[in-house]
Amino acid sequence: MSKQINVALIGNPNTGKTSVFNALTGLNQKVGNYPGITVDKKEGICKLSRGVKAHILDLPGTYSLNASSLDENVVIELLLNKNDKDYPDVAVIVSDVENLKRNLLLFTQIKDLKIPTILVINMADRMSRKGISLDIKLLENKLNTKIALVSTRKNEGIGDLKNLIENHKLLSTQPCLDTSTIDTEYFNSLKQAFPNQDLYKLWVVISQDANFGKIDRNELDFSKFKTKSKSELKRLQQKETIKRYQFINGVLKEGQTIDATKATGLRAQFDRILTHKVWGYIIFFFILLTIFQAIYDWASVPMDFIDSSFASLADWIKASFPGGGKLTNLIAEGVVAGIGGIVIFIPQIAFLFLFISVLEESGYMSRVVFLMDRVMRRFGLSGKSVVPLISGTACAIPAIMATRNIESWKERLITILVTPFTTCSARLPVYLIIIALVIPEGRFLGLSYQALALMLLYLIGFGMAVFSAYILDKILKTNRKTFFVIEMPSYKVPLFKNVALTVLEKTKTFVFEAGRIILAISIVLWIMASYGPGKEFNNAETIVEQTYPELQGEQLENKVAAYKLEHSFIGIVGKAIEPAIRPLGYDWKIGIGIVTSFAAREVFVGTLATIYSVGSALDDDDKTIKNRMAKEVHDNGDKVFTLASGISLLLFYAFAMQCMSTLAIVKRETNTWKWPMIQLFGMSLIAYVVALIAFQILN
Amino acid sequence: MPLTIADLKKGERATIIDSSSEDIPLKLLEMGCLPGNEVELLQVAPFHDPIYLNINDSYLAIRKETAALILIDIINE
Repeated sequence: MSKQINVALIGNPNTGKTSVFNALTGLNQKVGNYPGITVDKKEGICKLSRGVKAHILDLPGTYSLNASSLDENVVIELLLNKNDKDYPDVAVIVSDVENLKRNLLLFTQIKDLKIPTILVINMADRMSRKGISLDIKLLENKLNTKIALVSTRKNEGIGDLKNLIENHKLLSTQPCLDTSTIDTEYFNSLKQAFPNQDLYKLWVVISQDANFGKIDRNELDFSKFKTKSKSELKRLQQKETIKRYQFINGVLKEGQTIDATKATGLRAQFDRILTHKVWGYIIFFFILLTIFQAIYDWASVPMDFIDSSFASLADWIKASFPGGGKLTNLIAEGVVAGIGGIVIFIPQIAFLFLFISVLEESGYMSRVVFLMDRVMRRFGLSGKSVVPLISGTACAIPAIMATRNIESWKERLITILVTPFTTCSARLPVYLIIIALVIPEGRFLGLSYQALALMLLYLIGFGMAVFSAYILDKILKTNRKTFFVIEMPSYKVPLFKNVALTVLEKTKTFVFEAGRIILAISIVLWIMASYGPGKEFNNAETIVEQTYPELQGEQLENKVAAYKLEHSFIGIVGKAIEPAIRPLGYDWKIGIGIVTSFAAREVFVGTLATIYSVGSALDDDDKTIKNRMAKEVHDNGDKVFTLASGISLLLFYAFAMQCMSTLAIVKRETNTWKWPMIQLFGMSLIAYVVALIAFQILN
Repeated sequence: MPLTIADLKKGERATIIDSSSEDIPLKLLEMGCLPGNEVELLQVAPFHDPIYLNINDSYLAIRKETAALILIDIINE
């Protein structure tokens, strides 16, 4: 049995580390979570030769071993823990040929941990354009390593890298820097206190614990060692950085020549327009418009197809297994309807992540952050909040995770708290169906009222996010300093493979994560709607026949079904909450939809679909949920879905915090239940009040 | 009063002379914001904040308040 070689891919952000990972593993990759934290763990398998395989772990991008975020901390925790099952046999440091100097800082740190290390110099195809030439042999000697010159764009050098990984045993573990030269006195006392430990590792542990709280490291007992104050430690880290740059500059002076006259950069030309005080904002606005156009217009074609396919599938199941056994009904009304409710999101999620990943990969996203920082700061947010707020239009969960690179805690917290106000794709089916029901057809300046209503809802979502950020900024007090550093990567044409894999992976995660909840709820709902306690439910036929002796055939069946639903478990729950939602213009069936929506909003339409298909025998016209909803009437014969109740419902969904997964993520990211609870009650209260006012005025 | 990066005009270059303030994030130092290195102001957002710099061949943007902590000598060409 051959042992797998454990490889850790490490590198600065924007070095094409993910491209190298994709080139090595292709589709043999999966994304999971590190236990207990929400940092993505990407791993994959790479075949080397003769049945030798490598297990590749793509670690989060980091500029150095001095972690300042949870993501970066993952890298250090792994490299310090020899007992971790993923502890690397070899570390592969991915660097960008255009910024070798800065990339080598991290390289020297990893090397000093005495882990066998390979240096990948990526984007080699850009060398001639930038007038860069490298003396690889000399660099290998000076850095005591092996170098693979790679271009993932042209698919060059990956074979060399695989060879180096396979022969990792030949790599030297000679460190780059003598740690004790950073501060002779301090490090000598450290050496005396822990004679058996590696000095650099000790130093990383000490500076790490200063930032991230003590982690139980049983082999090290710092209790008897008098450590330094935080600011003294920072000074030492600064000294370490200077020392490392001295070493790197010395190496590059001989190993790298840059002929600036040959450098042709598009950066300056692009930046002149894209970060322009006027043009920059106009271009950004048009890009946003295109994204929305794609999500609402282009995505509607495959979505309609999916919708009708699932409706036919449910019919087909019912037709193929006649007799209407309980199981057939469960599958047709519960499971298929539930799965359809998930699958229908795929086109939109895919489009959104397509755009986001293209914008990220091309380097444009950083320019947006640059343009928006000042504006966002006025509302207590950061320029970096733009990415979560845009991602939030797909799903708040990845959006909240994307707040991690916001350095200032207050700005990050506010971003997390207000992101769920942006209109996520789960609200979309609710909006679409209600708009179709209550907003009249017709055009204003060539735009349909329905499209305008949808756009307005988006603006309301963003407006509320920004407004509440402004309020939170005034309320929340912090004495922590804010700071902000963002790298402006060079412009690149996005690699198709990277974009495709991102879209695939994000869509998959959404479908499976959200899908599980939706499916489970659909089944529970179906059961609750199909069974009931007491004789009213069980003797429905007799009771209805006695009360309405004149009814015959189909009409009778409908009445029985409706009576059963009213006395089923779900009907009882719905009736109980009806008094609370009546002032908003809703009946008990909508009430059930709202209650189940607290698990996940997208459940709403599925819930109504389940309730209405259980509650009526099917006519041909009534196959789509929309038609059934349009026919719903209150006991007094008034329509349930009117302009007033529809708008009230739209506003309720615009503001209410209805997503358990988001609450769970906020809890994990803020490490307390305080903030998710504030979101849940605060947002839902706003939703209730706004919906109440809207209904009472319009009715 | 010594000059800081916040005083730079678009297109101007300078040498960093001190970046030891407590409030400068370590990340900025690691990106090359260290004494002796060169810095060039490439672009400014409205209200001169944030500013887009080339420090030691790293392209990055920082806020004015941080820029005002980094002391420089302007290079006259």
